[in-house]
Amino acid sequence: MPNFARLATMRNFLVMLSFLVLALVPRTSFALEVDVSGGRINPLPIAITPFLVGGGAEEAGATLGDVISNNLGRSGYFEPLPQNSFIEQITDFNQEPRFADWRQIQAKALVTGQVYVEGGKIRVEFKLFDVNSQQQIAAQQFSTSPKNLRRIGHLTSDVIYKALTGIDGYFDTQIVFVDESGSKDRRVKKLAVMDQDGFNVRTLTDGSELVVTPRFSPNSQEITYMSIGQGTPRVYLFNIVTRQKEIVGEFANMSFAPRYSPDGQRVIMSLLTTDGRNSNIYEMDLRSRQLRQLTNTPAINTGPSYAPDGSQITFESDRGGSQQIYVMGVDGSGQNRISFGNGRYSTPVWSPDGQHIAFTKQAGGRFAIGVMKPDGSGERILTEGYHNEGPTWAPNGRVIMFFRDTPGENGGPQLYSVDITGYNEQQVPTPGFGSDPAWSPRLN
Amino acid sequence: MTLRNLSGFKIAVALCCVLALTACSKKNTPNLEAANSGLGAGASSPGSEADFATNVGDRIYFVVDQADLTPEGEEILSKQAAWLQQYPGVSIQMEGHSDERGTREYNIALSARRATAAREFLIAQGVEANRISSIAYGKERPAALCDADQCWTQNRRAVTVITGGARTS
Repeated sequence: MPNFARLATMRNFLVMLSFLVLALVPRTSFALEVDVSGGRINPLPIAITPFLVGGGAEEAGATLGDVISNNLGRSGYFEPLPQNSFIEQITDFNQEPRFADWRQIQAKALVTGQVYVEGGKIRVEFKLFDVNSQQQIAAQQFSTSPKNLRRIGHLTSDVIYKALTGIDGYFDTQIVFVDESGSKDRRVKKLAVMDQDGFNVRTLTDGSELVVTPRFSPNSQEITYMSIGQGTPRVYLFNIVTRQKEIVGEFANMSFAPRYSPDGQRVIMSLLTTDGRNSNIYEMDLRSRQLRQLTNTPAINTGPSYAPDGSQITFESDRGGSQQIYVMGVDGSGQNRISFGNGRYSTPVWSPDGQHIAFTKQAGGRFAIGVMKPDGSGERILTEGYHNEGPTWAPNGRVIMFFRDTPGENGGPQLYSVDITGYNEQQVPTPGFGSDPAWSPRLN
Repeated sequence: MTLRNLSGFKIAVALCCVLALTACSKKNTPNLEAANSGLGAGASSPGSEADFATNVGDRIYFVVDQADLTPEGEEILSKQAAWLQQYPGVSIQMEGHSDERGTREYNIALSARRATAAREFLIAQGVEANRISSIAYGKERPAALCDADQCWTQNRRAVTVITGGARTS
């Protein structure tokens, strides 16, 4: 990895100040800065030059440029400049760029690269420059099987993003979601996995069962989800590599709303009570299969999500009369309501940095996605409309994905992402309708 | 029309059923198609699925966010219980459903409550518990597809689906 200074305290400070994103400026004084202070994102103009190609890697060069431009542009923090505006055409990877030419087209950052095939493997090198200071900020080489080419593009994007924002990237990640097809009253729902940019979609189930709420395990190898099939609807585990399906527990009653613990050793979920009227939250140890009850109220307690350090759990409950968000200790102690705004709050999800809880909010017949701090303060609505539901966090805590449903017989859900500032809402491409997205941790 | 064969009250129930079918949804659920074909083919044979759906009523409706039975719901369930006692070999599954104006996990739990409320009423009326399984579908299987409350009221429902023992013709 490039030798960035690891200014952990500075980064935390920036996160607390929220949304002022500075370039990491270790020792030297780069003026580069992606500034989104005040909520408004001011994207950084960046020139991503066509990767120089050799040894039959022409297609690979074009793909890499597309992947990187698409990632950085969609993040909202960067403005990839059009290639037809470039004055200098890079012809030698090892020669210093003519910075004056890049300054003239207002580029603040410049990416150059080359890719070639070598012994059946593909070899990628790139450099990132600060145009104004004429300094190289980052450089890296990858060598891999050609089938991993897009992943190299994502890893490269992560390096550039981090070098210029000081925040870990989220491009080398995947999304698990529910692929929906067919008419609204007989929807076919399949588990599907794709790269975060919508490429590489793979369906994992055949659609014979209704599947909902898939969630990744911390190592991204397994998914926990609920299946409504022939028997009692239950929570399952699905191994993406072996395609093996495993039931989490042969409970007498329905189990639903599962999620992994941060260490991957446990699954937390709701179980319908034996009288069939209420739902309480339980934690199952996946090794010992020991079940522990965490809530015990005559209410619908569901949607549990662990804090990233595993010490607390947020969940929703209608114990007070309507759906609201609560936080409790991992042993079920100290169950406290944290949502007190006007409306119903549900589907709480703790952010990977521990700073926020994202939620769905229903008020006035409309559905919003918002965030609040774990103590309930600082509520902000990021997007609002007819129906927005089910937020999930990018591993760096800067982007939230959710699904948006549209009304009527031909309506259906689509995936969207939004920056934590509420700006830069983007549709995430899926082959058909898509719902219940869950973001993987970083793969690398 | 075959409805003439029925008593006045049953005609009203059957008409309700047909109206509910045509009001919003062009597509019928499988069990409703069975009811339709029964109507079209002539008189529903007693003890058949079509008889149950047409002459008794296979579904009840709920108020927004509630799992309490309405007086109308209890009336239909009472008739279901009487029919099920008349045909003791029939087993059923009680499906709980919600409308689409809620979040997924909550709706699954809410629809389970609705299925339970309907199932328990049938048991209290004398139907053996082991004849009634139940399942919660949440908002996953709407019956009516428009984006207005007239459809959502039809989707907040518990549907009694015959799973075995019914006469076939």
